[in-house]
Amino acid sequence: MALIEVTKLHKRYGDHVAVDDVSFSVAEGEIFGVLGPNGAGKTTTVECLSGLRSPDGGTIRIAGFDPLTERREIRRILGVQLQSSELPEKIKVWEALELFASFYGERPGDLLDRVGLTAKREAYFGKLSGGQKQRLSIALALVGRPRVAILDELTTGLDPAARRETWDLIREVRDSGVTIVLVTHFMEEAERLCDRLAVIDAGRVVAVDSPVGLIDRVNGEQRLRFRPSGPFDESVLRGLPEVTGLARDGAQIAVTGTGNLPHAVTLALASAGIVPTDLRIEQATLDDAFLALTGKKLA
Amino acid sequence: MKQILITETKLHLREPWSILFTLGLPLTLLVALGHIPDLSKPDPNLGGERFVDVQLPVSMMLLALCTVAFNVLPGVLATYRKQGVLRRMSTTPASPAAMLTVQLLINTALGAVAVVVLLAAGRLVFGSALPSGVAFVPVLLLGTAALMAIGLLIAAVAPSAKSAPLIGTAVMFPLLFMAGMWIPRDVMPAALKTISDYSVAGPFVQALRDTWSGQPPQLAHLAVVALGVLLFGGLAVRLFRWE
Repeated sequence: MALIEVTKLHKRYGDHVAVDDVSFSVAEGEIFGVLGPNGAGKTTTVECLSGLRSPDGGTIRIAGFDPLTERREIRRILGVQLQSSELPEKIKVWEALELFASFYGERPGDLLDRVGLTAKREAYFGKLSGGQKQRLSIALALVGRPRVAILDELTTGLDPAARRETWDLIREVRDSGVTIVLVTHFMEEAERLCDRLAVIDAGRVVAVDSPVGLIDRVNGEQRLRFRPSGPFDESVLRGLPEVTGLARDGAQIAVTGTGNLPHAVTLALASAGIVPTDLRIEQATLDDAFLALTGKKLA
Repeated sequence: MKQILITETKLHLREPWSILFTLGLPLTLLVALGHIPDLSKPDPNLGGERFVDVQLPVSMMLLALCTVAFNVLPGVLATYRKQGVLRRMSTTPASPAAMLTVQLLINTALGAVAVVVLLAAGRLVFGSALPSGVAFVPVLLLGTAALMAIGLLIAAVAPSAKSAPLIGTAVMFPLLFMAGMWIPRDVMPAALKTISDYSVAGPFVQALRDTWSGQPPQLAHLAVVALGVLLFGGLAVRLFRWE
């Protein structure tokens, strides 16, 4: 059974429809991504999940609880990392952790170790780097031993190295049994981290699938580029059932097709005595999938 | 709640400027003004009492309490709102109302320290008598509650973290004026006197002076201050935004 069930969520601010019609479900133990451009309604969606906003329509259930009417239960099972939430400048790292642990009647345990902030125990929040702040914020989202952690844009503003470290941390958290809902507008993050994704655009879910599944939807065609080692008869390739098109671009040849295209093409070239140099296989990425699904490019 | 109180107390102690200002300014003024010869002689207009005995320390107490209620309290709350601290708290089992309560407690404690310091200074430096009326402390608490309620309302309506203490200051000076900080109430024109009577700070200060010398406070004074607690407290609760 799904741990999180969102059905026909609708939310407007005055005349502006922030979330039009969003439905998805998240299984226990998943890293579930909510992907979309800025202003697509991602944050509003997770704010409704967190019980911070009341939806104008639709239902949300987390472990069977309604975030609006069963706030108490929801706050116990949910750990939230908000996009724009800071701590007082002069609170020390360990104090923040103790404070938030006390909200849940828990102890911080080895959380500082797990997020790699042990050396920064005594540091003031205001003195932490962006990555350290994010890691503390993840620790605070986990300190209540939640079943679900909602993380909103947590690697925005981090450098690539810090971003990778954060991804590793999230995987570890999932492996410890926490279901994760990750809001992001980073393709790479979604592709590497998420088990499944909901692609949201203009307040609507455009698709829900695994990253590979999404890519496959637009991946009808593959493209192969190479430079032949010598002149050859194009019909050698045109005749292959896998090949749907062939084009010359100067010395380069681009072959499009389906199925196991690279294998069929290299085999046919080999039997014609041609060596393909600079062989490149271009596959669709999540970017292409996103573009095909929403007609927009991300970031 | 206990952990919030401990943590927030530490945070307040790490920003010593607000504490120094709250305690230091009224204390300095009390000691400095108290040394003006005319103010430290028995004054027939005050029933033979010296100005430095009751009039001046009560004004300074009001100044200290107003600083706490109108500057420190709204400043912290508006900053926490801007930083999303209150919002973040509301996603945990802890209620942001607990944070509000803690801030009120800490600021009341700070006000209480200021009052004690002023009393001690008056006693030690000028040999003034300590308040003798049993109603002094209850009146002090009631008045502090009214000022805090106004402070909460400022925190509730202030559009930004920076504007909160500024609005606080803008509210503070007229109130101090109405309470007779610069012009004694007795020489105010009738219209001003009437306004002063309803200014919360005015009746608060008068009730403090009455109970200091052992007289019962006037019911009308207490009623206006209590009304202030209800009115501004109620408005603050209605208008308060967590984010």
